Amino acid sequence: MAGLELLSDQGYRVDGRRAGELRKIQARMGVFAQADGSAYIEQGNTKALAVVYGPHEIRGSRARALPDRALVNCQYSSATFSTGERKRRPHGDRKSCEMGLQLRQTFEAAILTQLHPRSQIDIYVQVLQADGGTYAACVNAATLAVMDAGIPMRDFVCACSAGFVDGTALADLSHVEEAAGGPQLALALLPASGQIALLEMDARLHEDHLEQVLEAAARAARDVHTLLDRVVRQHVHEASILLGD
Amino acid sequence: MASVALSEAEKVYIVHGVQEDLRVDGRGCEDYRCVDVETDVVSNTSGSARVKLGHTDILVGVKAEMGTPKLEKPNEGYLEFFVDCSANATPEFEGRGGDDLGTEIANTLYRIFNNESSVDLKSLCISPREHCWILYVDVLLLECGGNLFDAISIAVKAALFNTRIPRVRVLEDEEGSKDIELSDDPYDCIRLSVENVPCIVTLCKIGYRHVVDATLQEEACSLASLLVSVTSKGVVTCMRKVGKGSLDPESIFEMMEPRLGAWRTAGVNWMSADQAEGGGRGAVGCETGKRVGKVLHTSLQNILHKEESLGPKRQKVGFLG
Repeated sequence: MAGLELLSDQGYRVDGRRAGELRKIQARMGVFAQADGSAYIEQGNTKALAVVYGPHEIRGSRARALPDRALVNCQYSSATFSTGERKRRPHGDRKSCEMGLQLRQTFEAAILTQLHPRSQIDIYVQVLQADGGTYAACVNAATLAVMDAGIPMRDFVCACSAGFVDGTALADLSHVEEAAGGPQLALALLPASGQIALLEMDARLHEDHLEQVLEAAARAARDVHTLLDRVVRQHVHEASILLGD
Repeated sequence: MASVALSEAEKVYIVHGVQEDLRVDGRGCEDYRCVDVETDVVSNTSGSARVKLGHTDILVGVKAEMGTPKLEKPNEGYLEFFVDCSANATPEFEGRGGDDLGTEIANTLYRIFNNESSVDLKSLCISPREHCWILYVDVLLLECGGNLFDAISIAVKAALFNTRIPRVRVLEDEEGSKDIELSDDPYDCIRLSVENVPCIVTLCKIGYRHVVDATLQEEACSLASLLVSVTSKGVVTCMRKVGKGSLDPESIFEMMEPRLGAWRTAGVNWMSADQAEGGGRGAVGCETGKRVGKVLHTSLQNILHKEESLGPKRQKVGFLG
């Protein structure tokens, strides 16, 4: 990539972060009153909303009902004004469908679906502003929303992206770093057990470097976990004060 | 549209309450709920606004893109509206479920802006027949708590107020080829005048009376409503009846033009009783889409200017507050 230095000699990235540093994360649970669970997250300039409905009866055809566990239904959409260039459709394009499927996979691994047989859990995520790491922001927002809905989960799901530039692994890529076209890895981690709920890598990367990048992503995901845990505790604390306990 | 299930008794309670100018949440018939407006919430748009009206939550982003003017209006730019009823609002909107409502709202927005005075479209022209600004006004419906149209029109107005379009110059050399030059200064922008941008006031007919800013519960009790778009000067730019029921022509006049309506229905008992009381308890005769609209415009204008005066130091709340 000519003209743009993603990592300076002093070890700083374009936006002034160190290689393993996350962008500022701010989150809030219980944004909407009508949904069963909702959350909002800002990771740097990436902003995402997640809403959860359910567990409820299967909507539409009953044939979709699973006899032994709940159906997890995800829709990813990104606002038409979220990206630099205006999008034509908020959802239904190939990328959104793929993202929906990935989210579904991720959350089927984390939610204790066998507790709610024959029912459905809807997770809808909406990206309001995209600046890299949309998948990670969506997973993190959805985790908080599922918790806000009170749906039992094995663990938090914390996601983070990582890249690889000049022999160094970079955590939490911004849009500029993503657009540079290097290898990119998205990881969703269940931090307590260290299990991986989703792993995806695009572009090629030498096998020898994989461990380093994976390690960077996992470390960043654990950092995200610390932050999300704090948000959840804060939310529960505020809610219990309101209840007068 | 998101709907609520109400029993017959609950409906009777609401209808009888409205007849006495008492609404479930304690408002009078022509009172709005508290409106929260915040502009400049999405930084990669030309202008954006978020409006929260009760449980109704709307986010509007305006993006300015360069394009060619329409053939019939070679020296004007234009506005494009798109309404996304996201599944966030209700699971019914999943997939293509929200498309119908989205198109209906977008068409209404086209209609209320379909006059020369609302927005100065000539200022959006860069060079006639060749280049103009297209303003993509994208509405995102995040939560639905009744009175969508009003909330959306307020949000659109606030977002247009916040819109900053970069200033460009057309340079022409001797051979007649044109070049577009963008100003170096990012703060060198043109602003739209939103003085004449209309807001929608929806008057919901409940029983014999009409209320503004109906909640979902009240909308469930109403058979039909009248949608009036009013500018800050009280000029009506569009009018539409929505809902499955029918409206008496007299009640339409009543919602529009108080005196005329009152005069026409003076023979009806409940009406004349209210008349006798004068302004006692928000007499129906005084209630009008126009007046409510004017009040709405003034307060919106005040809020927008106040927010603007705070400048870049303003603490942005967004969805975190």
